[in-house]
Amino acid sequence: MDKLIKNEKINVTEILEGLADYRPRRKGWTWRTKVPHQVINSLTYQQTSQNLTQSIPLPAAKHFGGIDPQPDCVITTEIASGRFEDDIRRMRMAAWHGADHIMVIRTAGQSHYDGLIEGTPEGVGGVPITRKQIRASRKALDLIEDEVGRPINLHSYVSGVAGPEIAVLFVEEGVNGAHQDPQYNVLYRNVNMYRSFVDAAVAKKLMASAGMAQIDGAHNANATAREGYKVMPELLVQHALNSSYSRLVGMDPGSICLSTVPPCAAPVPAFQYDLPYAVALRELFKGYRMRAQMNTKYIESDTREATVTHTLNLLISRLTSVDIQSTITPDEGRNVPWHYNNISAVATAKQALLALDGLLDMVEIKREGVLGTRVRELKERAVLFMEEMLDVGGYFNAVEAGFFVDSGHYPERNGDGIVRKSDRGVAADTIVPRDTEYFAPVCVHFGYNNVPAEYTTACQPTAGCTMCVSEKVAYIDELDEWDNANRRMSETAALREQGLIKPEVEWAGDGIVNVQMFLPTEPRLAHFSALELARQMNLVDPQVIHKQVMQQAEGTFLEVKGKLEAFVDPKTLRLPEEEIVLSADEVRADVHANPLRIVAATVGQDEHSVGLREIIDIKHGGLEGYGVECHYLGTSVPIDKVVDAAIELDARAILISTIITHADIHRINMRRLHDLCVEKGVREKLMILGGGTQVTNEIAVECGLDAGFGRGTKGIHVTSFMVKNRRERGLK
Amino acid sequence: MQRSDDFATRRQHLTGLSEAELEQRFWLLADKIMQPLVDLAEKHTSPSIERSVLLRLGISSVEAGSLVKRVMELGLLGKGAGHVLIAMAKLNNCTINVAAEKIMTPEGGEQMLQHFKGGKR
Repeated sequence: MDKLIKNEKINVTEILEGLADYRPRRKGWTWRTKVPHQVINSLTYQQTSQNLTQSIPLPAAKHFGGIDPQPDCVITTEIASGRFEDDIRRMRMAAWHGADHIMVIRTAGQSHYDGLIEGTPEGVGGVPITRKQIRASRKALDLIEDEVGRPINLHSYVSGVAGPEIAVLFVEEGVNGAHQDPQYNVLYRNVNMYRSFVDAAVAKKLMASAGMAQIDGAHNANATAREGYKVMPELLVQHALNSSYSRLVGMDPGSICLSTVPPCAAPVPAFQYDLPYAVALRELFKGYRMRAQMNTKYIESDTREATVTHTLNLLISRLTSVDIQSTITPDEGRNVPWHYNNISAVATAKQALLALDGLLDMVEIKREGVLGTRVRELKERAVLFMEEMLDVGGYFNAVEAGFFVDSGHYPERNGDGIVRKSDRGVAADTIVPRDTEYFAPVCVHFGYNNVPAEYTTACQPTAGCTMCVSEKVAYIDELDEWDNANRRMSETAALREQGLIKPEVEWAGDGIVNVQMFLPTEPRLAHFSALELARQMNLVDPQVIHKQVMQQAEGTFLEVKGKLEAFVDPKTLRLPEEEIVLSADEVRADVHANPLRIVAATVGQDEHSVGLREIIDIKHGGLEGYGVECHYLGTSVPIDKVVDAAIELDARAILISTIITHADIHRINMRRLHDLCVEKGVREKLMILGGGTQVTNEIAVECGLDAGFGRGTKGIHVTSFMVKNRRERGLK
Repeated sequence: MQRSDDFATRRQHLTGLSEAELEQRFWLLADKIMQPLVDLAEKHTSPSIERSVLLRLGISSVEAGSLVKRVMELGLLGKGAGHVLIAMAKLNNCTINVAAEKIMTPEGGEQMLQHFKGGKR
């Protein structure tokens, strides 16, 4: 497999083969290629980048020639279900929707793992990051980026007690970006603070050498504090400390990305906090990159609420600036994200960023006034924070004193900050002073290194290290016979080999489906009723994953997930025949040679005229445009009038439109039309067609008509059908 | 520590600063806080750093783990694990992979302790 084909699945089994010889095609981060003033289908964009060669546009694009403009910033999606072999398929789906930064969350516990994990064990809440997992993911992404026509960045984490080794692994394997922030280790992973910073210097230097993008961990303070927006001064400090440390060990500010989240969400008047914060950050950190993350702190199970919060976060991005737009799936508050929610999040970003394209050419931030006052205040509070850090003796003392993640709005202190002791924590007492004769015979090493004078490069004694000679990289395939990707995939082999179709949200064959229901009762009773109903639908292990009261007594909306232990074998499935649409030229020529007259009306007590007129009207590419002689009878026309008109005009077809579906009136109308034509003895020589938003071909045929047309129908579909149908039936 | 918001009094010395001066101060403070940590990192190493050196020499992660443990047992981590490994290879005129095996043996350990005139037995 050297190329992906649009209509064929990616072959993950093949991806897993031959990895020992795989080498990454490039190292380092890739930004999008911006195209200023780009004209796409006569629309001018100010903030877009090069188009993809293949992609899936936003749903509304069908009204605009199917265009799929790509915003100027990189768009992230986080994919880490625990089984990377299933994530690969999701990466492809996300890339088709416009993601070019795939972030893989690590499995729980990896940051305390003293060394590298090898093979492909299953993860919990993330993926065990290993050489094999990276190679397979990168190899798949190489194929996927060729398919969509844009480089895709792979990203994970350089943190925990194995940071330098992971950094080496990432550089060797062409991982393009990573989180690296020693403060994160100290505060949230309780890794010893000395160890964390000593390791970080080596890790950062390695990352810098490969041109990797670094993302910091400051946003976690926002997520951890009681009221996220009160830690804004500290967020500025955390960004500054990691940025400063990174720069001092040799990283270019252009590769240092600040992970910043608008801290608030409604009902808080969010923009009063979020906008001054975003402005202050961008003013202080000129020359650094903004990785705009979406707010997760206030997300629970309501995907609608999450999407609105995220859309407003995107407005902040466009009102200020963004280099990497990160996305949070709307279901993150409920579960490890599901396939289609990654796509939703990416599409939300694309949709909002495109809608807001060029915004700052028309509106501007009112820098003076209340915003200016708040920006100044934030900067001053951050400066005061760092002054006090120095007063107490510097970084380590400040952490010991609980300076960080205090819920007070600095200088206010509530005494609930995270306290870490310098002689405690994971891997305490493990740093060792480098002797005078300390020598690391490798390239890209940070710190004191006594390279003997006889060598011109550090790695000369071994004739090259892996930084210089990639063939030297040692590859381990698997260490665990039982816990590996091949064994897991063997369990679902039947699905793939026989092409069986089973629902899934995360893993092949997981069988999970989500059922939405409204139950006209109070929430608690609704909850247990929903579970019982799900069982009656044969769903195994049903769980209510979202519940929202509509009114205490009148009803509750619920979403219930469960496992469906059923599958479909396509070989046993009978699909309705797909209608093949004739070309416009063929249709026009046919109608010209054999004139076609029709009558059309909206029937019953129905005043909707737009849909049918669009089908007929020459302006909308309707029937008239193909030379069909149309007699439009109007709206609310009784069925018998339509049939009489057809007989009188000697028409060859009747088109009825039926929009209202109350009490199944659309079906009744269609049946009545058929019956009346039979009664009057004209059914044989007439083509009778129904259309409407709720009409499908299956419903119409079931009601006795020749065809039905629903949403999205164009004049060509109807004309093409009539041309073919009259040929088949030999109608003159 | 509990403290009410004394921003209004605490900020007095900042009031005269222009926006640019305030931003400059912000970065001076950040660098001042971080510089001692950079110095600490310059002068220290850790088991993970030494494993990262061995990986760069083409040693597998599994072997790197046990080698660094062994070098720590010998009290030679401050010399650099990669240094110990290439010294072993040079002394015995063997590849670093063979040297890695030798270091794990009691004789190999003794040889390194003598060579580096330090460590602990």
